[in-house]
Amino acid sequence: MDFAFSEEQEMLRRSARGFLAKECGPKVVRRVMESADGYDAALWKKISDLGWTALGIPEEYGGVGTFLDLIVVLEEAGRALLPGPFFSTMGLAVPVLIEAGTEAQKKDALGAIASGSAKATLAFTEPSGRWDADSIALGAHKKGGGWQLDGVKLFVPEADVADYTVVVARSRGTGEEGITLFLVRGKPKGMTVKPLETLDMTRRWSEVRFDGVELDGDAVMGTADKAWPQLKRGLEWATAALCAEMVGGIQKVLETSTDYAKTRHQFGKPIGIYQAVSHKLADMLVLSESGRSATYYAAWAVDADAPDRSLASSMAKAYVSDAYRKVAGDGIQVHGGIGFTWEHDMHLYFKRAKSSEVTLGDATYHRELVAQALDL
Amino acid sequence: MDFDLSESEKAFRDEVRAWLKANAPLEDGSTDMKEFIDTRRAWQKKLYEAGYVGITWPKEYGGRGGGFMDQLIFNDEMITAHAPDPINVIGLGMGGPVVIAHGTDEQKKRYLAPLLSAAEIWCQGFSEPNAGSDLSGLQTRAEDKGDHYVVNGQKVWTTLAHVAKWCMLLVRERKEANPREGLTYLLVDMESPGIEVRPLVQITGDAEFNEIFFKDVMVPKSQILGEAGGGWAVAMTTLLHERGTLGLALATRAQITASELAERARKLGRGSDRLVRQKIAQHTIEARALQLNGYRAVTAAKRSGIPGPEGSILKLMWSELNQRMTETAMDIGGPGSQVGDGDGWKYQFLRSRANTIEAGTSEVLRNILAERVLGLPRSR
Repeated sequence: MDFAFSEEQEMLRRSARGFLAKECGPKVVRRVMESADGYDAALWKKISDLGWTALGIPEEYGGVGTFLDLIVVLEEAGRALLPGPFFSTMGLAVPVLIEAGTEAQKKDALGAIASGSAKATLAFTEPSGRWDADSIALGAHKKGGGWQLDGVKLFVPEADVADYTVVVARSRGTGEEGITLFLVRGKPKGMTVKPLETLDMTRRWSEVRFDGVELDGDAVMGTADKAWPQLKRGLEWATAALCAEMVGGIQKVLETSTDYAKTRHQFGKPIGIYQAVSHKLADMLVLSESGRSATYYAAWAVDADAPDRSLASSMAKAYVSDAYRKVAGDGIQVHGGIGFTWEHDMHLYFKRAKSSEVTLGDATYHRELVAQALDL
Repeated sequence: MDFDLSESEKAFRDEVRAWLKANAPLEDGSTDMKEFIDTRRAWQKKLYEAGYVGITWPKEYGGRGGGFMDQLIFNDEMITAHAPDPINVIGLGMGGPVVIAHGTDEQKKRYLAPLLSAAEIWCQGFSEPNAGSDLSGLQTRAEDKGDHYVVNGQKVWTTLAHVAKWCMLLVRERKEANPREGLTYLLVDMESPGIEVRPLVQITGDAEFNEIFFKDVMVPKSQILGEAGGGWAVAMTTLLHERGTLGLALATRAQITASELAERARKLGRGSDRLVRQKIAQHTIEARALQLNGYRAVTAAKRSGIPGPEGSILKLMWSELNQRMTETAMDIGGPGSQVGDGDGWKYQFLRSRANTIEAGTSEVLRNILAERVLGLPRSR
């Protein structure tokens, strides 16, 4: 057993951190988050030139490296609050494409993503905001040799700039039976994207409407009606990926707050000398380290296809969802008034924590999955 | 990153598992203290003869010469098999490692083998009525009489003192401006005249630990561990090992408690209650995170050689989680949990209150994390 990243992966981490510090500092994050589409084409180009958009994609589709390499980069992306479609592409769409895509779809979409020429997302949630199979209602009906989609997806990340959208639809039945996945290129007739004003400005959630959208038969990913098992596996990859981003954010909040507690003086002493403050930071450290352990294990379990991959990803998401929200909130508290200002970056992490919490299922949802695994 | 055991680790695990299956006694419910001690002593001897005591200790002192990973595998197998602990927990977790770190060759030869075989039991005399978390305030005195000391004072919360042969005794030899100076670390023969051991009854009704009174106890200077007056450093090594070893031992324990809790909920038909489901799932997740932290600490220790202050995270997490788990166990059983032995949880519930006090209070551990891991200024 060896519970650490390799020396090469640590080098990748150092270079990613250096790159993001230079190219994606707080000023850039704020400029992009305040822009119309939350996307910076020049930054995307640099990221893909570094090969980040190829990480974890199989070599035959133009990929390089492993999923664990991607985890390392995602952690750094979360630390820097990298805005734009990196997570929606690499964390959400790519895993489902790998699990469920047809050979032709993988060649096309994964190839385009790996080369940096395409961005993607996953359209799963509907107005209920739930992540279980039962919540899928967007209708898919056979029409001619193809399909017609009708319904609405909500809270879809980066849908406006995505070149590919993986759409989860209900072709019949209820629950896990009758789920069909579609790979949608661009924005076909009848598909409209309306960006939403959301809490976390570093992520773009949209409402995506499908009004009689007609797709060819080859848009179906895998087998019609039977996509849930592959989708579920894709979601497990995605969950580990999101947790990695969150762990990066937690670590940054902890470091920033610790530094502040060392330099901010009150009553003639650095506030970190007071145990009301230092013990809060110690608790943040425990949450950070434990979330990291749970996340790294989940990433390994998913990548190694371990029997507990599903349980491991649910445990990580449950833990990290609570941990990030708590740490980001306590980070504001340690900073006092300055931490509550728009000017300070702490609120960006607090908001990212909250949006990540509900993405791919919140802690309550994943605890229930864990309870089921315990035969409760 | 790789969580699969290597071939040699797997072989060791299988060997331990088979051995425990064939040899581990059932957890004894004996309330007779003498019988309990004798059984545990015999059990440790058996473990020792099979090569499973002192797994990380050097071979030349009777250890196995293995790594932290071997220790972790062994601990996990012991817990999974519900095998009882060896008797000499204090000696194995602290006494031996501190003798290895600070002892002379002669001391190593004298003390380590009988410690491993449980021929001699050890106890730890650090805490005093007026020196708990602030160890530097201790008042037990050692008066220099040339070739020996005369020790007077009182120690408290001393596990195993009533059956111990040796006591790791921290005493004040000189008064210095800095209270951490002038302390001396002695290995005291508990059979010396002038030592009185009185059992202390705890909130569980048991007497797991004791007070020790020292009245004009003669201790030869050959019993100094480390340097005379340099006892603080030796004491710190002791505590580092205490938390490190303890952390590893605890890594899997919470997992077992969590699964027993889930079993209890199923048995009592409480598994359909949404809040109970959420709580038990949360406990299980935290127990798993704790275990994984332990695995990461082992990987780190493999590189650095000693358990780092991060070990304090494990003890802090386990103690607080264990309290929450025993509270949940009591809650889901309703009033029945408080009657008779409460399906065994009544004792656990009460005993867990000591978890956040013994071997470093949660407050001290948070100080350690804040100061030594995060580098925050010292509060004292």
